[in-house]
Amino acid sequence: MNIHEYQAKELFAQFGVAVPKGVAVKSAAEFEGALAKIDTAGGIMVKSQIHAGGRGKGTFTDGFKGGVKFSPTKEKALENATAMLGNTLVTAQTGAEGRKVQTIYFTEAANLGKRPDGRDDEYYLAILLDRATSCPVIVASTEGGMEIEHVAHHTPEKIFKVHVDPAVGLQAFQARQIAFSLGFSGDLFKQCVTLVTKLYQFYWDKDCAMVEVNPLLVTKEGKLLALDAKVSFDDNALFRHPDVVALRDLNEEDAKEIEASKFGLSYIALDGNIACLVNGAGLAMSTMDIIQHFGGSPANFLDVGGGATKDQVTAAFKIILGDANVKGILVNIFGGIMDCNVIATGIIEAVKETGLKLPLVVRLEGNNVEAGKATLAASGLTIVSGDSMADAAQKIVKLVNNK
Amino acid sequence: MSILVKEDTRILVQGITGDFGARHARLSLDYGSQVVAGVTPGKGGQVFEHAGKKVPIFNTVAEAAKQTGATVSAIFVPPPFAADAILECFDADLDLAVAITEGIPVRDMVRAKRAMAGRRTRLIGPNCPGLVTPGRGDKSSGGCRIGIAPGYIHKRGNVGVVSRSGTLTYEAVWQLTCRGKGQSTCVGIGGDPVNGTSHLDVIKLFNDDPETEAIIMIGEIGGNAEVEAARWIKEHCKKPVAGFIAGATAPAGRRMGHAGAVIGGAEDTAAAKIKIFQECGISVAVTPSDMADALLRIWKG
Repeated sequence: MNIHEYQAKELFAQFGVAVPKGVAVKSAAEFEGALAKIDTAGGIMVKSQIHAGGRGKGTFTDGFKGGVKFSPTKEKALENATAMLGNTLVTAQTGAEGRKVQTIYFTEAANLGKRPDGRDDEYYLAILLDRATSCPVIVASTEGGMEIEHVAHHTPEKIFKVHVDPAVGLQAFQARQIAFSLGFSGDLFKQCVTLVTKLYQFYWDKDCAMVEVNPLLVTKEGKLLALDAKVSFDDNALFRHPDVVALRDLNEEDAKEIEASKFGLSYIALDGNIACLVNGAGLAMSTMDIIQHFGGSPANFLDVGGGATKDQVTAAFKIILGDANVKGILVNIFGGIMDCNVIATGIIEAVKETGLKLPLVVRLEGNNVEAGKATLAASGLTIVSGDSMADAAQKIVKLVNNK
Repeated sequence: MSILVKEDTRILVQGITGDFGARHARLSLDYGSQVVAGVTPGKGGQVFEHAGKKVPIFNTVAEAAKQTGATVSAIFVPPPFAADAILECFDADLDLAVAITEGIPVRDMVRAKRAMAGRRTRLIGPNCPGLVTPGRGDKSSGGCRIGIAPGYIHKRGNVGVVSRSGTLTYEAVWQLTCRGKGQSTCVGIGGDPVNGTSHLDVIKLFNDDPETEAIIMIGEIGGNAEVEAARWIKEHCKKPVAGFIAGATAPAGRRMGHAGAVIGGAEDTAAAKIKIFQECGISVAVTPSDMADALLRIWKG
């Protein structure tokens, strides 16, 4: 689960991680009040709150440029905020449709920019799971403000990693290693050790999937601040963090994916025209792959899980048909334990209930498969049977492409 | 031989009194597997009955193992308590803990995996279908079925199968069985980012198993476990290996059902993994329908 930057910074502040002071609001009527709560003398950052990255370089659908803007005065901040709120921001990560900005975050911007000694003052800090070692890893770099993948590719020597032993947690020497690796000394060194320690505590205590601070910044006054904050949480651990669940913003999620999750279905929309309905994540992924292999284009990932019920199958059909691009459906079920005849009955009822007119190819395999196929054949509906995944995929691609 | 479990392996089931655990305990008993104990804290002394078989229930794993000689646990405990159930297996010095549970918090698994270091217990999973060593009876009955895989699709033979995914494993197994090729052991290692046993761990076991003559390795996007295994295969594996990677069409940054199936960087993609498979001499299945045939192109059985 992802949260907004302003929510992440509020959590950072609770854990003692230094952030610029800021206020988030959801309506234009609150702009003035918000600006009155922060020190605007040194300028204000006006930041669109959407879950996608690349906001600063994004463009709104009405042509207004930049989802994050430095505003030297209150008046300019109001003007920028007014232009952003309710507008749709398109960034490298949102896709062409963009995301509607429903929250504006004002933050104090005094003392930002290069230090008097001209030293580069932006750093990178992230904490995530290292799958190879099954341990949390802290990633730090002197190259802040850039895409970390770019840094990793071109100047890997500028990336420093510390693995945390989950048996004992982050050790003081490890926090010092990071502060040294970033070249800090004196008071900034102490600030960095504190910030890394508190950030790790946040990551661990709140079951984060990833915490990223880019950039971590030294102000002209010599304060180390998390200027940006990107946080995602482990969905499996949300049951023990009701405070985190309360931060979920459904506006940022696909309506069909939310609907699917209510039925225990795992659905992800893609941009093709052949929908698929499959049991099991691995089989669902490879069903998408085989559609593409035979010249089609998958419209979605949809895993109905290991014990699909009739209600789930019906819900799945409705969700699939909610996508106007869909021109055909491939059902691929390996009913190892499930009775294929029960699934066949579920498919028939779903087809009748939704009044399906699109081509439908069903590939059933497994337990009681002959009865399942007979049920489909006797239904009187135009359901094409596929003998193998390859056969079924070729049939649906042909039916859709010949329309 | 086979790997990890044999026909006579004695199994205990943690969570045998829950719907999910009970259902699959019954199916394992039907298959002829040696389910000898159940564990549900607070229900010790009760008996799980199915088709004339009586399986005693214990309060703790240690007690169940001591009283029945069980050496392997199938874990069907709900996610919030599953890591605790895994740790209890380590404490009881079982040979194997097989965690079927889907949805265990990553932090719990990070701690559990760390606690596994230096212990004798091997963990398979979590979020996995378990493992099957097929039997020699009708529809492979009499084998050792631990977890949720359908038993009847198997056939005893000489192909080792290792996969992260359940249904994709069944697909491969069924293709093999339909072509008359049986399996030594089929292992589902699970779809989570932190799991107890990797592709490579299982490949090494297959490599050393005299009954296993050929291997099918099924992977997916995310992480580098398949790549690690492929590189080892190139240098050390004595047996022909076919492979398949799911997720060629998955968009970057999205989790495809499995918590671990997410493209984070260029190395995580299906294309990158397939390229390395090919470089390492693995026969790559072009579609999931081609998994058994990909093996049969390099191994005649």
